[in-house]
Amino acid sequence: MSEQQELTVEAYRRRSRRSFITGGVAALAGVAGWRSLQGADPDFRIPGPLRAVHEMNEAIWSTLMRDDHLATEYPISEASVLRVNGLHGIRDDIDLDTWEITVLGPDGEQLGTHALDDIKALPWHEMTIEHKCIEGWSQVTNWQGARFSDFFALYQDRLPDDITHVFLQTPDGEYYVSVDMATMQHPQTLLAYDNFGEAISDRNGAPVRLATPLKYGIKQIKRIGSIQFRRDQGADYWGERGYDWYAGL
Amino acid sequence: MHWVNVPLLVIMLWSGFRIYWAEQEWAFGILDWEWFQFFPDWINEPLGFDRKLARGLAFHLSFAWLFVLNGLAYTAYTAWTGEWRKLVPSMRALKRVPATVLHDLGLRHEAPVKAGYYNAAQQTSYTGIIMLGAVATASGFALFKPTQLSVLVTMFGGYSSARLIHFTASIVFILFFVVHIVQVVRSGRHTFMAMVSGYELLTDERDRESTVV
Repeated sequence: MSEQQELTVEAYRRRSRRSFITGGVAALAGVAGWRSLQGADPDFRIPGPLRAVHEMNEAIWSTLMRDDHLATEYPISEASVLRVNGLHGIRDDIDLDTWEITVLGPDGEQLGTHALDDIKALPWHEMTIEHKCIEGWSQVTNWQGARFSDFFALYQDRLPDDITHVFLQTPDGEYYVSVDMATMQHPQTLLAYDNFGEAISDRNGAPVRLATPLKYGIKQIKRIGSIQFRRDQGADYWGERGYDWYAGL
Repeated sequence: MHWVNVPLLVIMLWSGFRIYWAEQEWAFGILDWEWFQFFPDWINEPLGFDRKLARGLAFHLSFAWLFVLNGLAYTAYTAWTGEWRKLVPSMRALKRVPATVLHDLGLRHEAPVKAGYYNAAQQTSYTGIIMLGAVATASGFALFKPTQLSVLVTMFGGYSSARLIHFTASIVFILFFVVHIVQVVRSGRHTFMAMVSGYELLTDERDRESTVV
């Protein structure tokens, strides 16, 4: 292609004309494609084909994810108490003495309830990780609490083998998330109740919240009221509002 | 492949700025003096960047795959056909870049030496823009899967730094685009024809009515 090739002006004009026509048709096809994408049936507030790409990305990255891969941890000197960015589901006052987590099976049957002391009785873990918000900010912060995998172990024998997701909800039901089991079983996924050696503040999710560097903040639900083990993906507050259901990092 | 970049880059920038809107952290300035905030409302609102984070992400993360595929196809094509020889500047060409730029700005009378098909400044910016595409892609992956691709995040100096690099790449793309269009317009109709058809009517042979690839 780098050698020079002589053409007659007539041939040049023909080629140019052909190129312009091809380009014009391609441009029109592009515009038509763009319009049909914009007009495609929405799947939870985004065009269906884009939702399909979110799901394709989920399939790729959940396959590539290695269960033993840990997120980077930082010295606690670099960490600060997490910025409060949303109050969905935690606007009401909470009575910490009567609060408990209700645990449900896949068919909605109640399996148990837990007060804070039950969570605190599980082995204690700490992590200082970089929290990432889907809006585009990040902050190194500290969480202390129990691994969700240890909590799950309390129920594993009573559950079917085909649990794929965990659905968590605030006590008032306003905020809810669905998280895949691979993330929930990861050693850095905590039911956090303390940070920096003190109880988590109400606005950061007291008495118990989810904390994991494997998901954006939108999945790290504050003030957990109920936990359901599911055979399918459950509802998700931000997923229903156009965001990726997986939201994995 | 060249022209596919036009809609792809526009879509990537447009959806990218919708994502950026949700946390507008940067401005251009020196020390305390802020010259330009990215972005003021008079840019965000007419262009529809505001309050569209979820849609911005959906478009950005879908079209990113097309952008990557197009970039790979372009790189493979230039490697396969040997076209890269026209594009990659030699060390000698790199030294001629300042003189060429000064000439184009009208600050230097002496015309640049022709290095081949493209002049030194063209070679450098066209190779640079491919590398910018690579940096935008790599930093994009670092932002997309920072936990899984933590090595990539470290290469970019951390998550916040990867975010700044990715954003800066988008601004450089816009600046390149502006200069590129201005230069094409300045060089005239025949260059535009060549960009479309892949064939150019040679300047000194136009009178002799013959054309060359």
